[in-house]
Amino acid sequence: MARRELQEINAGSMADIAFLLLIFFLVTTTMDQDKGIMRQLPPIEDVPEDPPIVKKKNVYEVLVNANDDLLVEGEEMKIKNLRDGAIEFLTNSGVFNDEIPEESLTERVWVRRSEVAAALAQVKAEIAADPSSASDRKGRLETLESKMDAIEFFGEYKELTDAAVISLQNDHGTSYNMYLQVQNELASAIGELRDELTLKAMNKRYMELDDKIDVERKLLKAVRAIYPQRISEAEPKQIG
Amino acid sequence: MSKFIGRKKKGMTAVSTASLPDIVFMLLFFFMVTTVMREQELLVEINKPEASEIQKLEKKALVDYVNIGKPYDTRLGTEPVIQLDDALADVKDIQLWIDANREKRSESDKPQITTSFKVDGKVKMKIVTDVKQELRKAQALKINYSANERERTAKK
Repeated sequence: MARRELQEINAGSMADIAFLLLIFFLVTTTMDQDKGIMRQLPPIEDVPEDPPIVKKKNVYEVLVNANDDLLVEGEEMKIKNLRDGAIEFLTNSGVFNDEIPEESLTERVWVRRSEVAAALAQVKAEIAADPSSASDRKGRLETLESKMDAIEFFGEYKELTDAAVISLQNDHGTSYNMYLQVQNELASAIGELRDELTLKAMNKRYMELDDKIDVERKLLKAVRAIYPQRISEAEPKQIG
Repeated sequence: MSKFIGRKKKGMTAVSTASLPDIVFMLLFFFMVTTVMREQELLVEINKPEASEIQKLEKKALVDYVNIGKPYDTRLGTEPVIQLDDALADVKDIQLWIDANREKRSESDKPQITTSFKVDGKVKMKIVTDVKQELRKAQALKINYSANERERTAKK
């Protein structure tokens, strides 16, 4: 056989092939990132016989009826005022300063550095004495640590009592849009307060903090300790 | 001025297209990397509400979608229906659906499974509440209300 010189392959059609593939991916691609409001549903539990009595001043009650009207703390409210109302509820008794104790204000209790330090030392001692119980006490340890971090970052503060909660209840006839707007406004009240703190401490917004960086994770937990996201949804029922 | 005369005579040279495949390949790789295959065809009409306090869903492979809206197929009426995966479903099917989805994921991923609600803004809460109750019964407690992004409402 006669030897032929190796011919170069014509690469002119390469572009066409690439274009074909490109168009395929262009068509099948979906660019929209799925984003949304994250929530944790409460687990189903047996309803306790006599639920604990919660003081009215510690509950921010939000009702939405079938006509998408808002009733907040017994008064009608426009959705655009809801966020400021919720901020007022969360801060009206002062977070970092002593305000004149007034009966109608949301209860907050001082978190003192010495008390937290003592409690922290005690839990650590308990774990050291009985390492097998470490997993049981982990939650408590973490709570105390984030309280300590909060004090380190912002100084002593007043925390919401465990009973304090934003309670949301909607009707079966409420539109999903309205429901989401209410959820959003309440979340943005807490977001706004958290942003205020994180901007002061690190010049970053809460959502911009990265929990993979140690300092920022500490700050995240600290801010969460000061302004916990406590939005509770009532069991659904017809309220008309 | 004689130095300009020589240039005029040369005429237009064709632009080399040799690098065109490279450019196209670059685009191609970009789309290949960013692409997510369309998983399901929507059978219901959904105009998502807008919200400002939203987070990105981290792991798409661990998200299940519950779509609720008016069916495109007009023979099915105008009442909102639930779509799970590729088919319309009933509220009663949700627990089974959740269990089936759990089986598909590895053990370590199970706590991170999120159920995303893609619901039309006009839908009444009754059907959403029912679905939420079913999710609670099925112990699928991590949920996400899918929404489009908007600015925070201005502070007064």
